[in-house]
Amino acid sequence: MSVYPYIVAGWMMVVGLFGIGRSRNLIHMILCLSVVQSSTYVLLLAVGFRRDATAPVFQGIAPWRRAVDPIVQALTLTDVVVEATVVALMLALAVDAHKRFGTLDPQDLRPQRG
Amino acid sequence: MKPAHRVAIMLAACAGLLGWYVWGVAGLPDFGDTVSVTGTTILHAFAGERHTTNAVTTIVFDYRGMDTLGEELILFISVVAVTLLLRERRDESEDISPEAERAESHPRGSDAVRALGVATVGVTVLLGLYVVTHGQLSPGGGFQGGVILAAAFMAIYAAGNFVVLRRMGPADWMEPVEAAGAAGLALLALGGLLAGGAFFHNFLPPGPVPSTIISGGTIPLDNVAVGIEVFGAMTLLAAEFLNEAGIARVRGRSQDDEG
Repeated sequence: MSVYPYIVAGWMMVVGLFGIGRSRNLIHMILCLSVVQSSTYVLLLAVGFRRDATAPVFQGIAPWRRAVDPIVQALTLTDVVVEATVVALMLALAVDAHKRFGTLDPQDLRPQRG
Repeated sequence: MKPAHRVAIMLAACAGLLGWYVWGVAGLPDFGDTVSVTGTTILHAFAGERHTTNAVTTIVFDYRGMDTLGEELILFISVVAVTLLLRERRDESEDISPEAERAESHPRGSDAVRALGVATVGVTVLLGLYVVTHGQLSPGGGFQGGVILAAAFMAIYAAGNFVVLRRMGPADWMEPVEAAGAAGLALLALGGLLAGGAFFHNFLPPGPVPSTIISGGTIPLDNVAVGIEVFGAMTLLAAEFLNEAGIARVRGRSQDDEG
């Protein structure tokens, strides 16, 4: 039994979370969050993988060839798009925080009023 | 809270999460031996039903089109939110002064970067259009192609300068483009409801076999709509962040002058 892809996914998630917890810079924190999100791609694609299988795109390939699970690939596509929007939104929030407080250190941010 | 406490709590939470994760993974099939009933069914059926060759795009824009509409609206709404956030605190009176604009219009970066920028714009647009229109046949589709098209915009930025882009005003006319793309996908889904009684019903004939770029019924049209939306959204994002950077840069420069 091979479990390495699952170990990689779990490791990426925990390392990313640890980075978020330790972060002293909002940009760094956002990148750590994207590492956490990337772990879900690894996990999804690992779940759908089949040995000796081709990609589920049959251009120039016989249609009876064994292919990996296309559903998790479609889910990963959704995942990637959502990650991109989350990162964009959080970067905009970081710009806003820097304008309000003059710092990107999350530990120096005060609660926002009004 | 002290950083040390924060890290201790974090480590405990990560350890707990890892425990749950290991417990969950232990219940998964062995890596490489997965047989998904739904996935296998779709793999056997999609080429005959939709005359496409890319199973992933066929799932994204046909079998699970509903999810894609939700995903696309997430993209749409977050880009609107970014635009609001960045514009809210940008004072209109901070319009670029003529002097600042003149200083800004000096070419930046090396000649090599600018030459490469000019050279890549056309190729990038062509590649983007290819990826959008061949989504149902080969790897790609509206999301990927839209991002490539938006990269052409970044190539213009690398090739020219900031003022050229401000004159083009992408931040203004990209909003309607983005909205039109989002509305396009929703209307195609609605067309399925009107024609076949189900939201996202593929109401067009599946097209010729072997597959061409018009195969797949509504899938190519969905891809074009999403391509337009993603192109608009990504360009708008880039334009808003570049505006932000430009204003910060000019403001920093005027502060330097005063100091």
